[in-house]
Amino acid sequence: MAEANLLESAFVYLTATVVSVPVAKRLGLGSVLGYLIAGALIGPYVLNLVGDPENVMHTAEFGVVIMLFLIGLELQPALLWRLRTAIVGMGGLQVVGTGAIATAIGMALGLSWQVALAVGLTLSLSSTAIVLQSLREKGIAGTEAGRTTFAVLLFQDIAIIPMLALFPFLATLQVADGAAAKAGALAGYPGWAQGIAVVLAVGAIVLAGRVLLRPMFRWVAASGLHEILTAFALLLVVGVALLMQFVGISPALGAFVAGVVLADSEFRHQIESDIDPFRGLLLGLFFISVGAGINFALLVAQPFLILGLVVGLILVKAVTLYVIARAFGRKKGEAALIGLGLAQGGEFAFVLFAFAQGAGVIPASVTAPLVVAVALSMALTPLLLMAGDWAMRRFETSPGEDRAPEVEEGHHDIIVAGYGRFGQIVGRMLSTYGYKISVLDHDADQVDVLRGFGRKVNYGDATRLDLLRLAGAAEARLLIVAIDDDEKALELVKTAREAFPNLKILARAIDRRHAYQLMAAQVDGLERETFAAAVRLGVKSLKLMGKPAFAAERAGMIFTRYDERALLAMFEDWQRVEFADYQRIVRDRTALEEELLKRDMIALVGKSDGDEWGEETLEREAFERRLAERAKPD
Amino acid sequence: MIIFAHPSYLRSRANRALRAVAERMDHVTIHDLYETYADFLIDVEAEQRLLLDHDHIVLMHPFFWYSAPPLIKEWLDVVLDYGWAYGEGGTAMAGKTWTQAVTTGSAAHTYGPEGSNRFTMEELLRPFEATAHLCQCRWQPPFVVHSSRQMTPDALADAAHDFAAMLEGLIHG
Repeated sequence: MAEANLLESAFVYLTATVVSVPVAKRLGLGSVLGYLIAGALIGPYVLNLVGDPENVMHTAEFGVVIMLFLIGLELQPALLWRLRTAIVGMGGLQVVGTGAIATAIGMALGLSWQVALAVGLTLSLSSTAIVLQSLREKGIAGTEAGRTTFAVLLFQDIAIIPMLALFPFLATLQVADGAAAKAGALAGYPGWAQGIAVVLAVGAIVLAGRVLLRPMFRWVAASGLHEILTAFALLLVVGVALLMQFVGISPALGAFVAGVVLADSEFRHQIESDIDPFRGLLLGLFFISVGAGINFALLVAQPFLILGLVVGLILVKAVTLYVIARAFGRKKGEAALIGLGLAQGGEFAFVLFAFAQGAGVIPASVTAPLVVAVALSMALTPLLLMAGDWAMRRFETSPGEDRAPEVEEGHHDIIVAGYGRFGQIVGRMLSTYGYKISVLDHDADQVDVLRGFGRKVNYGDATRLDLLRLAGAAEARLLIVAIDDDEKALELVKTAREAFPNLKILARAIDRRHAYQLMAAQVDGLERETFAAAVRLGVKSLKLMGKPAFAAERAGMIFTRYDERALLAMFEDWQRVEFADYQRIVRDRTALEEELLKRDMIALVGKSDGDEWGEETLEREAFERRLAERAKPD
Repeated sequence: MIIFAHPSYLRSRANRALRAVAERMDHVTIHDLYETYADFLIDVEAEQRLLLDHDHIVLMHPFFWYSAPPLIKEWLDVVLDYGWAYGEGGTAMAGKTWTQAVTTGSAAHTYGPEGSNRFTMEELLRPFEATAHLCQCRWQPPFVVHSSRQMTPDALADAAHDFAAMLEGLIHG
């Protein structure tokens, strides 16, 4: 099967993906680990179903390029500016620090300083592809820790350029001619010329993005063929990647720059949605090829060396990053997540090792085990991230460590749990009225922001009974559950209902199903979070369509009353019957309710169309004629 | 200014007819309470400012259960405040004319000692008259349109013409 044709290998890859990724996801391991395992299984050392994974890797690296392009596209320059300390400070320290420690260890193990330095710098890089994909999947890409991680990765990607430039000077071995040509078409030129070329290339992208892209996009869009737009978007990425490769920058970094340039163009969303499917598939392919590339033969031959390298790599990187993150003011949990998340070697290590070997910097005997170690460390990333995620949650929610819950004790009439967009409105209204309210929110950033505005907000997870008690739930008269996580809200209602039987509970329902669950948990009342706003917009629409304001308002009230009655009735059905029956009942009931509602609304507002004088037009003419006659003699 | 209040005036031909002529007149402001305060939350300061800007006040509404629709009552309650419209220092309304323009469902002859409604319109409108009096307004003879649901277009036009004439009389009288 080594010479598998395209269809066969596509079949193997897709089968492996379709089988292992859902399994991995179901086991809670995330898709990345699923891809890696799939790759390892079909790779040359287990089932040997595919040929040289190197070939696939080259195709699949394009997935990384697309990913960085999309990341750039989503990144506003303002955010980039805000991250500048994290990028330069933490990213820089990380590369230098990890590199230095790894170099020292390498020298201690008997490598020459040149070799050790090249190895150390290469190992300081982490895997942009795996980490970002996993962060996104876990939903922590947008958090402080996620953004910091991204900033460090960004610096690493930039750092590859000087590394490529530096390595030839470290060469101590004999090399075959032309081996260094891998670094790009301009590698033969002096450093300053390459620098100018890079600046020119980036400048060209910026300029083209601002001036040329818009008319071109419009011209292509005018063809009316959707697939041509997709092709154009892909062409854009491929073109940028090629250009960057030509001047010797990593294509991924170039694509990222191009993405940032296009971030404020009006075609942003179009481009994003057009090439996103490619990103997913190609990234998957990339992860598979990393998995397939793990040299299990070497692992079996020198298990202790390789495992030692993996553990050492992860330890050094995780600890260094943790220390740096703490020094930059990140919380313990966040620092742990950042450190563990970035503890693996990166995909660019493969590139750099190959380059270094070709340039005569590092002998093959040194790179071979390192490549396996890096691949293994990448495969471990999803597990490390799970550990980091766990650490962050633990540090965040357990008392006594880092940020303890801060709850002001004392007497309060009302407790508001969850102080986001919803809870704030309720809370503001009630405190304006003079009630003493105690506010609890579990989002530390949000709490800080609100405190900055001078609001009194307690920090802590409202689902914890001890915090509820501390916030005064035993004496308070009302608990308002306004958190946006439906499961947590339900949990809180149940906890509070049981522990404080006299406490009245009002809750924000996310949707109809959540409303039923809350009703089953015996809340004293609930409001569906978007219902009232939608009805208000309906009322405004009726007014805009020319209905009298009073009629429109009444129509809104009638609609609300019908819908709330229906909700109650359907809740009883929902509790009573199977889902299939429930669907049928809802269908019948909805039809009936709507008939009644229609009757009442029309009685009030009148039919939806027609002139207000309607069929009285003739009568109106008679009225006007007579009025004119009467006006004359006076 | 006409303070107009009808919860569903599009279905009241008489009120539409009267409004139609009033809308064509200069110096007449029609202030539709049910349109402005569909939620019954009256902006007292805005209402008082409007009143200060006008010399003649006409309360125009259907005659529901010998009284006005509830929003008129609410308006009277919150706008004609103690110390503003009456009571100590309450002279803001003093000297304005006050006219009740009312449409009724039953015929004119039913309003009297012999009729099914037992009292005359003058008698039934006494609460408004008393209110106007307390606010030192000049109470005008009420403008009444009877049997509003049975009117022919001609009769509607006549009523509308009379209404316009009454308004003219107030402005130039």
